[in-house]
Amino acid sequence: MSDFWRRFRRNRGAVVGLVILALVIAVAAFASLLFPGSPWDMATAPFVPPGEEGMLLGSDSLGRDVAAGIAHGARISLMVGAVSTAAALCIGVTLGAIAGYLGGVADDAVMRFTEFFQTIPSFVFAILLVAIFTPTIGSVVFAIAVVSWPPVARVVRAEFLSLRSREFVQAAEVLGKSRIAIVVTDILPNALSPIVVLSSLMVASAILLESALSFLGLGDPNLMTWGFLIGSGRSVIRLAWWMSVFPGLAIFLTVLALNLVGEGLSDALNPRLARQRGGAA
Amino acid sequence: MAVSRRGFMAAAASAPVLMTVQEAMAQGVAPRRGGTLQMMLTPEPPVLQIGVNQQGPTLAAAPKIFQGLLTFSPTLEPQPVLAKSWTVSPDGKEYVFNLQENVKWHDGQPFTADDVVFSIMKFHMELSPRARAIFSLIETCEAKDPLTVRIVLKQAFQPFLLMFDATAAAIVAKHLFDGQDYRTAPAVQRLVGTGPFKFTEWQRGNFVRMDRNENYWKPGQPYLDTIIYRIIPDSQSRRLALESGQVLLSQASDIEPFDIPQLRQRPNLEVDTKGWEYFSPLSWIELNHRVKPLDDARVRRAMSMAIDRNFIVNRLWFGVGKPATGPVASTTRFFDANAKIAAFNVQQANALLDQAGYPRNAQGVRFTLKHIPLPYGEIWTRLSEYLRQAMRNVGIALELESTDAGSWARRVGNWEYETTINFVYQFGDPTLGVERTYVSTNIQKVTFTNTGGYANPQVDALFQQARAAAAAADRARAFSEVQKILVEDVPQIWLMELSFPTVYDKKVRNVITTGLGVSKSFDDVFIAG
Repeated sequence: MSDFWRRFRRNRGAVVGLVILALVIAVAAFASLLFPGSPWDMATAPFVPPGEEGMLLGSDSLGRDVAAGIAHGARISLMVGAVSTAAALCIGVTLGAIAGYLGGVADDAVMRFTEFFQTIPSFVFAILLVAIFTPTIGSVVFAIAVVSWPPVARVVRAEFLSLRSREFVQAAEVLGKSRIAIVVTDILPNALSPIVVLSSLMVASAILLESALSFLGLGDPNLMTWGFLIGSGRSVIRLAWWMSVFPGLAIFLTVLALNLVGEGLSDALNPRLARQRGGAA
Repeated sequence: MAVSRRGFMAAAASAPVLMTVQEAMAQGVAPRRGGTLQMMLTPEPPVLQIGVNQQGPTLAAAPKIFQGLLTFSPTLEPQPVLAKSWTVSPDGKEYVFNLQENVKWHDGQPFTADDVVFSIMKFHMELSPRARAIFSLIETCEAKDPLTVRIVLKQAFQPFLLMFDATAAAIVAKHLFDGQDYRTAPAVQRLVGTGPFKFTEWQRGNFVRMDRNENYWKPGQPYLDTIIYRIIPDSQSRRLALESGQVLLSQASDIEPFDIPQLRQRPNLEVDTKGWEYFSPLSWIELNHRVKPLDDARVRRAMSMAIDRNFIVNRLWFGVGKPATGPVASTTRFFDANAKIAAFNVQQANALLDQAGYPRNAQGVRFTLKHIPLPYGEIWTRLSEYLRQAMRNVGIALELESTDAGSWARRVGNWEYETTINFVYQFGDPTLGVERTYVSTNIQKVTFTNTGGYANPQVDALFQQARAAAAAADRARAFSEVQKILVEDVPQIWLMELSFPTVYDKKVRNVITTGLGVSKSFDDVFIAG
C-alpha cells in the first residue's frame, strides 16, 4: 500500500487533483453548514454582482445565492457521479466477465449486445431515456448508467480473455473450484486496476452528462445542480456572467481533478507503464 | 358652385385616406410609399390559411392577406374593415352588415355577400371550435343583396360583433373553397384574400414573402411594397437581427423578456406593450379542485395571498405585464376595478391556513402539492421556482414535475394534475374568454375549459345572466357581481396580465393602432424615410 501511495505521489498532477477533489467533497459534505437553508431561497435582490451584499459569487435572476447553489449542487453532482458509475460498473463488469470468461457464443452475444448500445450516441440516448421516464434524480442516474456501461464491459472482457488462460486460473479449474468462485476470487481481483482507473474517469463523465442534462432542463426540477445553474444563467449571460461562469468553473475543476486522479491511479497501479511514460518524457 | 361641389366630393371620397394621413401628421411624418418591411415569424406555422390554422404566428401574419368584417380599437370598439357600416336591432337579435364596394379577391374575382355567408356558416363553422360555439346561435344568415348581409340570432348575444375580426372569422373566397375539403383545398397553399398584401413566396424554414396588392380597395394603400417574414429559430439570433437592423420589427414571443430592458435603451428602437387588449392573456396557477385541500376556499385564498405579484412582473418579466387583480383582465370589457383579490400578506396567509386546520408538521410543512411548470420556455420554469419558494413561506411544499408541451396539454385536459400554470386569452369579453374557466357546465376533459372542476351555482347563474342579457348595463351588473364572488372564492390563482412587447425601428410608423396589435392588415404601416 505504501508502495502504491509512493508511486501515486510521484505524479504531481494527481496529487493536485486529489486535493481539489477533497475540497469539493468537503464543500458538498458541509454545504448545509456553510449555507444553511435551501439553495432555492431568495436571499437578496436579483442580479447582485459577486462580492456585493454578502453574496460571495453573486445572486441569480431570482436573488438566489449562486455560492449556495454551487455548494448544494456539489452534493448532487458527486452523488450522481458515484451512484451512476457504481450502477454502470455492476452492469459492465457482469457482462464483461460473462463474455470474457465463457467465450464462444456467449461472448458473441454479449458483445453484439454491447455494440448495439455503443452505436447509439450516448448523450442522445440519455436525453431520450430521461424524457421518457420524466426527469427525476432516479431517471437521470438510470440513464447515465445505461449509456456508460459498454466501455466497462469491453475492458473487463479483454482482461478476462487474457487472464482466463493463465496458469493460476487453470490450476483453480483443476482444483475443481466453481466457475463463479474462479471469476470472483481469482480473475476479478487481478483485473481490478484498469477498472479502478476507468471508473474514476466515468465519475467525471457522469458529472458532465448530468450537468448537460440539467442544462437542457432535463434535470430533477426539485434539486439544485451545476448544470441547472448554468442553464438558467445562459440566457442572461450578458446581464449576469457570474451566474454561468462560477458553476462552470466548479464543473471544470471537479472533472479535471477526477481525470488527474485517474491518471495518478493508472500510474500507481501500472508501474511499468508509468516508467515508460516517465522515460519518454 | 360646380367647382366647390367637386371639391367637396373629392374630399369625401378621400376621407378614409385623410384619416391616416392625419394620424401620420400627428407623428410629424406623411405616409411614404415604398419599402420592404422585414419581420420575423416564430415558430414557423404549418400553413398560413387562417381558419385551417389558428395559432399565434398565423394570426399575426395572415391578416395581411385576409380581412374580417370588423376590427377593434384598443378600447375594443368595433371599427369598419370589409363591413362599411352595420346596424343592430334594439332587441339585439338582428345584425345587418353593409359591405365595402369594389373589393376584389387577389385572383380578380369580385368580393360579395355570398363570400361572407359562406365564411361564417360553412368555413369557420366547420373549422373553428371557438367560432362554432358562437355561430351556432345564428338562426339565419343571408345575403340580401351582393353588398348586404343579414344575420338573425336565436337569442340576443351582445359580444357577437367581437367574432368578426380577421383573427376570429376572416372572410375567405367561396369560389375557392365551396364543395371541397377546406383543409386540403389548393387555396390553402396559394392564399387568396382581399387584404393589402398578396402571398407570393414561402421558402420553408427561410422566409414568407408578401407583395403589395395593386388593386387594394383603399385608394393609395398599402404604403409598403413588400412584407417579408424571416424564420429565425434561435431567440438570441432574433435579437441580433433586430439590433443589427436586418429586421425592423419583432412581435409576440420573438424576443425573450430578459432582453427587453436592453432593447429599451437603444435609441432607434420602440418597445410597445400595447396591442394585446383584444386577446388580454391572463396567467394563473391552475388548481385541480378534486385534489384536497384545494377544494377549500380558505386554502386557495391563503395561497393567493402568499404570492408577491409585483416581484413576478418586475423581476421575472422585467416589467413587461401587469399584476392580475381578478379573473377579468383590466383591458377586457366589464372589468371591475373594485373586485380585487386580497393583497400580498404572508402573515395573514399563514393565519388563514392555521385557522383552516392545516397545522405545520415538524418540518414546517402543512401539506404537499405537485406542480407542473408550463413547458413554454425558461421564464415559466423560473415562475414555478418562485412559486415553490413563496408557498414554502406559508408551509406548503410544492413539488415540481417537468413535462413537455404535449404531455402538459394531455395531462391538463385529462385532469391529471394537482397544480400547474396556465394562461388563457379573453377575446375582449368575459362571456367569450372568462366564463369558460369557471362555469360548471363547461367542466370538460379538454384544455382551456373548466378543467379545475370549480362549481358554484351562483357563478353559473350570473354568467348565464350576463350571456343572455341584451343590454350592456345588465351585463355589467352581472359581471361585477360574479367578479366579486370569484375574488373571494379564488377558483384559480391569478398571477399576471401578460403582454408581449412589439419592438420596432422608430422609422416604422402606425404599427400598433388597434386592440389587436400586429394582427392587423398593415395597410397603413409605412417606413418613414
